[in-house]
Amino acid sequence: MLPYQLVVVTAGLSKPSSTRLLGDRLAEAARQDLAAERPAEVRVIELRDLAVDIAKNMVTGFPSPALAEALDAVAGADALIAVSPIFTASYSGLFKSFFDVLGNTALEGKPVLIAATGGTARHSLALEHALRPMFAYLRATVVPTAVYAASEDWASTGDSALSARVGRAAGELAALLRHRPAPAAPSRDTVVPFAEQLAALRPA
Amino acid sequence: MQFGVFSVGDVTPDPTDGSVPSEHERIKAMVAIALKAEEVGLDVFATGEHHNPPFVPSSPTTMLGFIAARTERLILSTATTLITTNDPVKIAEDYAMLQHLADGRVDLMLGRGNTGPVYPWFGQDIRMGIPLAVENYALLHELWRTDVVDWEGRFRTPLQGFTSTPRPLDGVPPFVWHGSIRSPEIAEQAAYYGDGFFANNIFWPKEHFIRLISLYRERYAHYGHGTPEQAYVGLGGQVFMRKNSQDAVREFRPYFDKAPVYGNGPSLEEFTEQTPLTVGSPQEVIDRTLAFREHFGDYQRQLFLMDHAGLPLKTVLEQLDILGEEVIPVLRREFAVNRPADVPGGPTHASQVARAAAVAV
Repeated sequence: MLPYQLVVVTAGLSKPSSTRLLGDRLAEAARQDLAAERPAEVRVIELRDLAVDIAKNMVTGFPSPALAEALDAVAGADALIAVSPIFTASYSGLFKSFFDVLGNTALEGKPVLIAATGGTARHSLALEHALRPMFAYLRATVVPTAVYAASEDWASTGDSALSARVGRAAGELAALLRHRPAPAAPSRDTVVPFAEQLAALRPA
Repeated sequence: MQFGVFSVGDVTPDPTDGSVPSEHERIKAMVAIALKAEEVGLDVFATGEHHNPPFVPSSPTTMLGFIAARTERLILSTATTLITTNDPVKIAEDYAMLQHLADGRVDLMLGRGNTGPVYPWFGQDIRMGIPLAVENYALLHELWRTDVVDWEGRFRTPLQGFTSTPRPLDGVPPFVWHGSIRSPEIAEQAAYYGDGFFANNIFWPKEHFIRLISLYRERYAHYGHGTPEQAYVGLGGQVFMRKNSQDAVREFRPYFDKAPVYGNGPSLEEFTEQTPLTVGSPQEVIDRTLAFREHFGDYQRQLFLMDHAGLPLKTVLEQLDILGEEVIPVLRREFAVNRPADVPGGPTHASQVARAAAVAV
């Protein structure tokens, strides 16, 4: 059986990055949840490594080979885990720019888990006010639990511990993958025969 | 095979000294470039059509008519004529008139245009770009082939008993290329009519255009116009040459770095690697252009973008001298080697008259 392809997109800038760490934990939890029935391969895309290529894509309109490969990986993934640091009350500009160049059909129907990191829990609703609407626009299927990790969460305990929220969100993503897998990526060059294009314009 | 130049018609400051040509100077420069193109042995001059600054060519048939009067052999064309926002009736009239004045040395390339506000300025909706291109061209095609037209469509007022005048020269309309950067629908449209397909080819990696051209060739055969290899393919290219490669790079870099479209983005080295832009010696331009045949098959027309990004007219004319003296003769010779006899050459009025006669038999 072909393994699930899970792709993590992380916009963390430091190395090592807590945003990357959160993405890794979410991916690992999802992988374990799915393991009993089907293995999952995890691919992590660090946007920091593609930052300059993303800016160049903005200017020229086409991706470099490395960026094209990352965009294809996201478009072809069975599920996406998207993690951004919260900057200035929202996702980082780099995070948004990556999805701007991805194109607005690549995520249609794809299961997506959103997560974010920040210095304080006061910014946690940026997930609901910024990331969730963006993925709704892209017609992705976003799981109900979004995971926010503030600095203090890395030492949290009990029912609201970060690990509990990671487990719940990953479980939702795994359940969605089982029951509502991402649709196959549409062919880029599907052509409507010309006679049909003309007929569609004929006055009634 | 035909070789030529196509101009966007941008007024761009020269980044090396900040000087900006006036609109008048730029318009006259475009004419000078066209006349030079004929002088150095090129076959085609094509002008863009734009309706906003910093571009000057809003009225292509006026410019091309003026050039037609001052040239003998040059084919006058466009890159592109806006099929979405121009009235197809006016295109039919204007280009038929130009075709008569130029004794058939006219073809045109149709495109949708990607400047958002131009659509509402001309009473259209950019979201209807493809349907506009489909319907407007269907009408244009009919106006040039049917003497009295009754027509009703979605986007323009109906026509009853309309005759577009003058009728095309010798009853054969100007050859039409359909230009597209990304839409398979336009490749399909070109194939359906047996028209040409022009891949801009500059600014983007070749893999993208290989897909579109393969689709066009396959559908051209599907619609019974010939084999895939006989379809009419045109390609864009962009070059800057000096005798020594390093001199070309040194001189062109400031223009590249500030160029509209790709300036302030990738380095010259990255861009030449990822797109067909070639900056170097004439031999490097020859080698790179000859490789287009390996990627796209034998093709009919090669146009080069030579005059954008604020390059001074003097430099552009020098570039055309190099192109005409050192590059094109070699390309003509080399592209002819092993070219199958049944692959058509670049379309001319004479070849279109012959093609129409063959279909009529």
